[in-house]
This record gives sequence, structure tokens and C-alpha cells, in this order.
Amino acid sequence: MSVAKWETVIGLEVHVQIKTASKLFCRCPNKFGGEPNTRICPVCSGMPGALPSLNSRAVALAVRTGLALGCRINLHSVFSRKSYFYPDLPGGFQTSQLEPPICETGRFVLNTRNMPGAHRQNPEIRINRIHMEDDAGKCIHATDSASLVDLNRAGTPLVEIVTEPDFRSPAEAAEFMRQLRQLLLYLDITDGNMEEGSMRCDVNISLRPFHEGGGGKFGVRSEVKNLNSFASIQEAAEYEEERQRDALESGQALEQETRHFDPDSGSTWAMRSKEGAPDYRYFPNPDLPPVVFTQSFVDEIAAALPERQEARFKRYTGELGLHAEEAGILVGSAALAGYFEAALALQPSPKRTAGLILGNFLPECSRREVEPAALMADHFPPARLAHTVAMLEQGKVSLRVLQDLFRELLDGTDEIETLAEKRGLLQVSDSSALEKAVLDAIAANPDEAAQYRGGKTKLLSFFVGQVMRVTKGAGNPALINELLKKHLER
Amino acid sequence: MSDLYRMSLAALVKGLKNKEYSVTEAVKSCLARIEATEPRLNACISVLGEQALARAAEMDAQGPPAANAAEAAPLWGVPMGLKDIISLKGCRNTCASRFMEDFVPFYDAEVTARLKKAGAVFLVKNNLDEFAMGSTTENSCFGRVGNPWDLGRVSGGSSGGSAASVVAGQVFASLGTDTGGSIRQPAAMTGCVGLKPTYGRVSRYGVVAFGSSFDQVGPLARNVEDCARVFEVIAGPDHKDAASARTDLYPDNLPEQDCLDKTLEGKGKEPGDVLKGVRIGVPEEFWGAGLDAEVEGCAMSPLKKLEEHGATLLPVSLPSQKYALAVYYIMSSAEASTNLARFDGVRYGRRARQPKDLLDLYYSSRSQGFGEEVQRRIMLGTFALSAGYYDAYYRKAAQIRRLLRNDFDRALDLASGGCHVLLAPASPKTAWTAGLYEADPLTTYKMDLLTITLNLVGLPGLCLPAGLGKETKMPVGLQIMGRPFDEAAMLRLGAVIERLTPDIGLPGALDGALDER
Repeated sequence: MSVAKWETVIGLEVHVQIKTASKLFCRCPNKFGGEPNTRICPVCSGMPGALPSLNSRAVALAVRTGLALGCRINLHSVFSRKSYFYPDLPGGFQTSQLEPPICETGRFVLNTRNMPGAHRQNPEIRINRIHMEDDAGKCIHATDSASLVDLNRAGTPLVEIVTEPDFRSPAEAAEFMRQLRQLLLYLDITDGNMEEGSMRCDVNISLRPFHEGGGGKFGVRSEVKNLNSFASIQEAAEYEEERQRDALESGQALEQETRHFDPDSGSTWAMRSKEGAPDYRYFPNPDLPPVVFTQSFVDEIAAALPERQEARFKRYTGELGLHAEEAGILVGSAALAGYFEAALALQPSPKRTAGLILGNFLPECSRREVEPAALMADHFPPARLAHTVAMLEQGKVSLRVLQDLFRELLDGTDEIETLAEKRGLLQVSDSSALEKAVLDAIAANPDEAAQYRGGKTKLLSFFVGQVMRVTKGAGNPALINELLKKHLER
Repeated sequence: MSDLYRMSLAALVKGLKNKEYSVTEAVKSCLARIEATEPRLNACISVLGEQALARAAEMDAQGPPAANAAEAAPLWGVPMGLKDIISLKGCRNTCASRFMEDFVPFYDAEVTARLKKAGAVFLVKNNLDEFAMGSTTENSCFGRVGNPWDLGRVSGGSSGGSAASVVAGQVFASLGTDTGGSIRQPAAMTGCVGLKPTYGRVSRYGVVAFGSSFDQVGPLARNVEDCARVFEVIAGPDHKDAASARTDLYPDNLPEQDCLDKTLEGKGKEPGDVLKGVRIGVPEEFWGAGLDAEVEGCAMSPLKKLEEHGATLLPVSLPSQKYALAVYYIMSSAEASTNLARFDGVRYGRRARQPKDLLDLYYSSRSQGFGEEVQRRIMLGTFALSAGYYDAYYRKAAQIRRLLRNDFDRALDLASGGCHVLLAPASPKTAWTAGLYEADPLTTYKMDLLTITLNLVGLPGLCLPAGLGKETKMPVGLQIMGRPFDEAAMLRLGAVIERLTPDIGLPGALDGALDER
């Protein structure tokens, strides 16, 4: 391999759909999908006379994003109109922020731990700005002669995070997107669903002659629009890297242009050149007063920011003795970690608490297709979680009974031991009661007993199963083991 | 009961509540009047006879609200009009544009909802200049509106239909919109009372936007009290309009509820008592060159009377006024160019048949749907916002706009001896002959010089008749310019002026069919 002749320079513009209940400028639900044009109103469908009103939660989430990325928060920012015509843009303009945006000048240290062969260690990526804007609807090109427009997405709140041109490889850019997604998921700012377009990005890329230590004038860049997976970010950037290098090395002049990425062929094609770039005619949106808030509003949001993800992970795997996998899931969301910790404050068993969340609670949330946050708040607050853990810990109920009764536990107000008692499933830790079941099981299966005694000790689990069946899972497993061994090995 | 239409709104409501006549009778009286006058006046785009009669029958069956509930329905049974740019659910809202000829909104504007709740019966949707762009109501795809005083003359604009309708007795009051004088100037030219409220006082939700930072909705009526009664109903904060002012942010100002009380005070008290200590500014820039002599003479006479009754007249200067016209046409057109972008032929309104492609759909729909004046403003606004021109035009204009407001803040600063109100004519000319400036849009723009300033600075303006011009015998309007959110003081003064000024009466033609003079 020859010495690198060219240095790649990449900057990203990342669009993130943020998790508000309603849209940015109206009260329609902010939710993916739905029958076309069912989540619309006069405002987000651009009916004549309709006017926008700003969603305050969106402002709070944009500030939260800015604080997480170390930005300066502007107490005064302005929404502008960005004019262009397209059928999925009902007002004929997008409402976005030009000058000043809500956040400016932040930083993000890219962790290169998972990037073997990275030629820079933990580079710092500067954030140029973060601004708020509304998403467009969707065009569905149904046939050659007909296109359909679905405005359900129109008006969805976005934050756009613009980095400085601080990436030096496609891999860095893709890895940034991964880590940014992790951070925003952790902070509950977005659902991070890439397939549904919750995070999309534009890649700005150029090459310049390589100098030891970097630097020099930027080359002519191209912008690849609307990439919605980590792989496509990397592939598109790599394709551009090669295309630009070939052009430069064969002496062709590059043109500043906007390009489109085709994931099937892995290549990009030119959509328009700089001359063809639209004039968006930005000007302050006269329907929206400037966004003005106080420093104390910012301070409150800052105070509510959780412990940093990395630190939390270390604490969970160290002090609390959780497996890396368990800790990883819990710190994937600050809300989930907070839930875990709130329950842990009420009783002392981290492993059981984590086990219950990961083994029972989260699977039930996915089965019901609901946000964990909803069940946490309404059905299974930390106090109930802690109580349930304590019941397990004290041996009042077995894991198996909890498994069977968990749905009922979530839906009702009875605590787990009451439910178990009603069904006669309280864990039997009384050895005389269990002893009878053990003796019955051995008597009913003389062949297996003989085999066990002949050295086939694996059959112990067979007997445990028999006893468990008789006791409907309410037998204390440790005790059953002990009793079986005692009687089989006598 | 056939001449109920001639009553004042206040008197009508009183009679309706005392069951002296029914809502149906009131509606029928207006409908008969519409039938007699409309063929040559052309003040209405839609006449909602059936719906109005059905609503009237319902209201009659229920009977007037109990005395203690009367306050909740201050316009109970009053036949009213709406400028055809204000949404009334289920009734087409054309904006006098070919583009919107068949457009039926599925929601009420906030002002419409408030009027409904107050008991108003909507009888007509009034003609206007297309998308409220114009000063004569000649730019309507439904044809021009005649002036009830002389059908050969214009009615002013863009709320010319609303003004003519009210003056002709078709309805007791109507709503207009005022972006650069579109309520006050037609009120002046037809001899009725029109109020442009402080920007933010009345919700714009459901009113098709022209210049968003200029537009205000306001009433047109036949006298100051009627105007105040309608204004009280439509004014007040609305969370659906982000520019709507929360009155609690203005502790220094009078709430809407004071407006009628203050108006009645102006009507009832001795003028001398009301005018004691009132300082009235006479801005030299509004009384200078360019005014027709008959306008100046007529508009000045109420000022002299006010002085005789104890008010203090003070000369005032608003030096930035000389830039107002340019600033207004840059900024309002810029806003309009993007406000009208939603009329693209994709979702509603005019759609070109068999377009070659998407671009052709846009070009053809908009070229076919928009009239000449609207296209001119879109071009002007698009240019002013274009890359490389923004700083020279829009940004500069926005800076001058601030200077203009500073001029007004100084003139109206009570703490340092400034004025309570400023008085000026509303138009340099009385209503002119239709078609006069057809080929000369710039001259028509210049006719707005006396009204646009208030829209630039966001302050309220009340226009009322000062008399008839000596030469043309057409109405001359006097404009009261007030402090922010101080409509009550303006209405009170308006009521005094109304008392001190000889009534211009109704156009003679109102006694029968309208005659061309």
C-alpha cells in the first residue's frame, strides 16, 4: 500500500426526530405510520388560514440535546421560513432556524474503542450548531403517472445537529452516528429507529492533499443526502472518497454538488450542481415570535440530565456486580437505569432487580408493544418492582410462579404474594410438606430412581421437574434439590 | 318591519331581546335589502339566505337568552357579514381568487367561532380584492364592488365588500382584514366606522394570510358603538395564534371589556368632561402635500371642534414616515410571497388540467389561478428575499420599521408629555372613479400612504366619517391612531367625534334602489 496521498474530510448534518407527544406546531400526535393522512389538522396540512404554535416540549428536548453535546444554549433564537416547492411540503416552506439557532459550538469525543485500526484515537468532533425544524410529509410514487402524498409525518419535530468537518474517515463518521444514537436514546430524546427514519444524515465530503499533521485548504465537497443507516453512511462516504480521488488523480476538476446514494448499487449520483442549488429565500417566520427563555429554564434541564452513560456502566458492572450485557441494556436508556436505581434504593438486590427488569418486565413491554415508560409509571412503579424483588429474595414466591403471574401482577393492584396465595402458589419452603412430594416422586418413578443411584445423576433435574409439577412451581427449588439428593442417595 | 335593516346594531339587539321582532324578521329584512341592492353593488360573494333563515328559526324557537345570560350573547340574532377570506366552516372561502373559487374550509376561524358563540347570524361573505391585495376592490375575480354613494366609484379596499355591505344596509356589521389599511380606507371611502386593532389583539387563526406581521381582523359598522360591540366579541388572546397578545403582558393597558363602557362614556358624557386633559397629536407628515384640499378641509373640522371642547392639539413629527411606503411594499410582499406558496394546486383549489410534469402543475395552476396584482406581489416579494438582495431590501426594511415604531413610541409617550392619540385623514382622496388607476399600480400603492404606517408599527387605528367632501360629495374618513392595546380610549374619543360631527346620513340611494349619480 502506498502512503496516503489524500486526506478525507467529512462533516455531518444529522436530522433527529425527537420524542414529543404532539407535532412541532400543532396538536396532532407525533407518531410513526398510521393510515395515510389520518394524523393531520389544518396546521400541518397547510390549510389556508392555519397558524403554527410552538410545542414547548420540543424546545426543552432541543436544549437537552445541546447540553448533552456541550453546546452553548442561545436564550434567544429565531424560526425562519425556508421556501421551496414540493408536494410533501404543504406550506410551501419549511420552518427551520437559520440565525440564531437554539444551540451552538459543542463537542463530542468519539470513542475509538470499537474501531480496530483507527488511525486517530478518540478524536474530538466539534458541533457547529443544533437547530429545530419541522419534518415534511412523504410522497409515495404509486405509478408512473400518479404520486400519493401522506402528510402524517408533516410537522414532526426534528433537531438538526451539524458537525464541523472534523471526521477523517468514513468509518469515523459512521461510528459517530452510532454513538450519537446511543447518547440520544439514553437521554430519551429520540426513539432512534433508523428504519422508520428517526435519524437521517447528510454527509459532506471532500479530499485534500495529505500533509503530516493534517491541515490545508479544503477541497471541493459533495453532499450526499438523506442516509438512514450506519452502513449507507459508510458506503456512501467510501464511494465518494474513491470517486473524488479518481477524479483528482486524473486531473479532472470536481464540482460542488448534491448527490444521492443508491444502497442497491452502493454508488452515488449527482442530483444538482452548485449553480442548480435552490435559493431558499430564508427570512424570519412572521407567524412565530422569537424563541426566548431564561437561563433558569436551561439550568433546570441541565440539573435533570442523568449521570453519564459510561460512568453508570462502570458502576453497574463494578460495584453492583452486574454482567456487562445486563448493565449495557439498563444504561441504554436513562429512564430505564433510573427505574432500576429507584427500585434498588428500596431493597438491596441489584442482580435480582436487574433480572426481573430484563427477564420479565421488558419482554412484557415488547409483547404489549408499549413504551416501558408507560408501564413503569402506571402499572409497575419502582416501589412495586422493589416489593416483588423482595418477595423473590425472601423466598415467598418462586421465579416460575412470578413468570406465570407477571401479567396479572401488572394489570391488577394485588401484590405478587397475594396473587400467589389466592392460587395456593406461595413458595413452599416447609420441608415436611415438600418431603412428601419428593418421596412420592421417587416412589412413582422407580426405574429412574434406580438409574440415578446407578450413577446417572443428570436425572436429578427430571425429579425436580416432577416435584415442581406437583407443587405447581411453588416449591423452593433449592430445598427440593436438597431433599431429592437426601432421599435418592440414601 | 321591512326596514329593520336601517336600525343600529345596538338597537336591533335590544329589540330582539325584548321580542319586539324576531330574528327571522331581521334576517328577512336584510335579505330583501340584499336582493334590492346587490345586483348593482356586488358586495357579496356568497349570500347564505337558507342557512341564515334556518339558524334564525332555531334561535326564535329557543327565544332570546335570559337577562343574566345576555352578556354571553351580545350579538344575539344580528345578521352579519364576513370578508370572504375569513373561514366559515362549510361555506366556500374564495379570497376573491379564481384559485379558490370552489374551496370550502372544514374549520371556523377563531373570530368566526367567537361571533357564533355571541349569537351572530352569518348572512353574507363579502367581496374583496383578491387575497386582500388592493385598495379598490377592483381586483376581484367576482367583479368590482360599487360604492353605495356612487356606484361608478370604487368602494376602497381591500375590505370594500364589507364596507359597502354595511353602508348599504345588507348587514349590521361585517368583519374585514387590514394589512395596510384594508379596513380603514374602505370605511373612509364609504362613510362607515372601521377598526384595525393593535397587532396581536385579535386572533388571525383561520384568516387566509397576506402579510402575517401586518394582518389584523377588525369590525366595520355604521357607528362607533356598533363597532365597539363587535370588537369586544372578537378581541382577546388565542393560543392558536402565536402572535396573539396575552393581555396579562400589558398590565398598563385597558382590557377589551372596557371598550364598550368607554364608548358609551364618550357618547353619554359631556364632551368637555371626556376631552379634559386629552392630548391629540397632529402628525405633520400625514397632513402635508398630496392631500386633496377637500379631504384636508373636511378632516380638519372635527379637530377644531375637539379643541373647542377642551382637548389639546399638539404638532407631532414622525420623520421615518417618508420611508413607510417602500418598507411596507417590500415586507408585506415578502411575507405574501411565502404565505401564498401553499396554493400550489396539490391539495386544494385550482389545479391545472393535464400538467406535463410537477413543475408544470405548479406553473400552470398558479398562473391560471392568481390575478395580475397577486402575481405582481409574489414577484416583488420573491425578489426582495432572494440571495444577494435580502440585506439590501428585507433586512433594511425591517430596520426602518423599528425606527418608525420608535417615532410613534416617542409621540405617544404619556409620561413625557406625549399624546393620547394622533389624528389624520385615512386617504388622500375620496373614492375615485372605477378604473382610474388601472394601468398605474404605483399610484394606487401611493394612495395607501396614510394607512400602511399603523400596520408597520402594529398600532391600532379607528376610522370614522368626518363629513362629505366639498367637491365630490363623497365621504371623508378621519383616522384615530392610538397607543398599543388602547382601543378603548380611541373608541371613547371616536364616540365624542361622532357627536360633534354632523351626521353624513345614509347614502340617498338607501331609500330605494341604488341610483348611479
